[in-house]
Amino acid sequence: MARDYLPELANEPEENIIGGVAGALDARTSTLSIGLTILNFGPALILVLLIAVLSISSPYFLTARNISNILAQTAVISVVAMGQQLVILTRGIDLSVGSNLALASVLGALAFHAGAPAALVIAVMVLSGAAVGAINGGFYVFGRLPHPFIITLATLSIAKGLALQLADGRAIPGMPPAISALGTDALGGLPGSVFVVLAVAAVFFVVTRTMVWGRWIYAVGGRPDAALRMGIPVSWVLVSTYVVSGTCAGIGAVILAGRTDAGSPLFGNLLELDTIAAVIIGGASFLGGRGHLGNALIGALMIGVIRNALNLLNVNIFFQLIVIGVVIVIAVEGDVLRNYLEGRVRVMQAGKQS
Amino acid sequence: MSAASLDPQERTRTNDPPVLSVEGASKRFGSVLALSEISISVRRAEILCLLGDNGAGKSTLIKCISGVHRLDSGSIMIDGRVTPIRSPAEARAAGIETVYQDLALFDNLTPAQNFFAGREIAGPQWLPRGLRFLRQRRMDAEAQSLLANLKVTLPRNDAVVAMMSGGQRQAIAVARSTVFARKVVILDEPTAALGLRESRQVLDLVARLRYQGNAVILITHNMEHVVELADRAIVLRQGRKVGELVPSADNKQQLVSMIVGA
Repeated sequence: MARDYLPELANEPEENIIGGVAGALDARTSTLSIGLTILNFGPALILVLLIAVLSISSPYFLTARNISNILAQTAVISVVAMGQQLVILTRGIDLSVGSNLALASVLGALAFHAGAPAALVIAVMVLSGAAVGAINGGFYVFGRLPHPFIITLATLSIAKGLALQLADGRAIPGMPPAISALGTDALGGLPGSVFVVLAVAAVFFVVTRTMVWGRWIYAVGGRPDAALRMGIPVSWVLVSTYVVSGTCAGIGAVILAGRTDAGSPLFGNLLELDTIAAVIIGGASFLGGRGHLGNALIGALMIGVIRNALNLLNVNIFFQLIVIGVVIVIAVEGDVLRNYLEGRVRVMQAGKQS
Repeated sequence: MSAASLDPQERTRTNDPPVLSVEGASKRFGSVLALSEISISVRRAEILCLLGDNGAGKSTLIKCISGVHRLDSGSIMIDGRVTPIRSPAEARAAGIETVYQDLALFDNLTPAQNFFAGREIAGPQWLPRGLRFLRQRRMDAEAQSLLANLKVTLPRNDAVVAMMSGGQRQAIAVARSTVFARKVVILDEPTAALGLRESRQVLDLVARLRYQGNAVILITHNMEHVVELADRAIVLRQGRKVGELVPSADNKQQLVSMIVGA
């Protein structure tokens, strides 16, 4: 008998062998699905709601001047948060972005004063950012560290110290006109930095959505051990995300240097917190493998809007920190809730088959 | 597929050379001899069951075949040629696919993305692998037709795997193994975590793998499944091969006593 094919295989019955009963989504599953959808669009909804409420409560909020202001202020967070997002996708964290940005801006300023042309100054800042990222990724992966927390904490300190040392603890004024143009109005009343953000976002979109490397980042974040068994070059994928995160910090340095017309070791203070907060508030999962560039951008905008609004409403600056902190807690709990709901959906799926 | 047209009786009579054979395999972990001079072979369109109590060496043996461990001595031959397998990637390149007990699925990806993870269809060829552009529609279409061939239906093909039940996930893992399996599919206790109905579905799927001409190595503890599916069974005990027979309802007791060594 064992040598024979199973009789039912010869003429396959019409029933579904594996899977749920199509169509017959019962009420509870659809309630869960609706809940999940709301959670997924939650950050965007909250942002829209926030903007609506603020436009009513403050006459200055929805003015062209103020919006341009918000966009200029969130440009740095947006760009660096997109890099941070990739790292968080792989279950990592990059604490060094703020110091990395400061060091890059100082090196850029020094290059400018040594007579380098604008293009070279930009290259110095971006490459310095990438180099710090490469050190982070290299030590994390090939130094076999258990978690990127420690190495990026170390480079946070080292880069900060280097920047302070090189700049003698002070800001170095002066940037080539091509860079300081980023801080002034460009097209349609929008600052040039906004277009840098859009360009970076476009590149990220193409890379993460259409290229193999982007798929690998999600695979590594979803299940590192399986990625290894499936032949994905996990080590290089990890290193690459830190290099990209560092590069984004370098681009952030260019934007900030443009806006302030200076390089300073004090730039990027607490930027690591802002970017991590942006990614999480935007709705990406801290557990890795879930989220997209829209999350980072929405999160960054939300932080910008909250700051701006609290300023307009004359709320104490210390209170802003508290508000952002509370929002982070809400966002993380939202992520936990999402995972729980998905677990419920899974159970329902199994239940429907029997 | 040509094997599909073969009548089972005829198939057993044909003496095609084994797709995979392992000769004199030995593996030692410190002072523990996990495998001792084991030889097995499996043919096209054949299900070989690997039996044995916990610690008998089944998992070690398949891990050596799938490249997770390396044999201390002995050789692995594919289509009669000695093929060294030093990593999971080499095993896959040689046409051996493994469905691990933990499934190794990416919960955050869709079934199609899971199927092609690490082997994405992408181009253009002159770019380094990571920088190629995904041929998403082609991968989706291939995944679709594969699932249809295996008669696997999912609630939604574009949903991430996290949303699917244990049986569906198992089915996806088994289906993935067939995307690139050109020679051998190894399944490590595919029904261990499943209920009665879901087990049934996975067993049908395994039978279908054979029907499509794959050589299948199946590890299971369930004697009913062995009798139902296996063309041959090999029993391991304490790292040694202690028996090989064609399982049937009549010799089930004999198999069990071989496993426990009584």
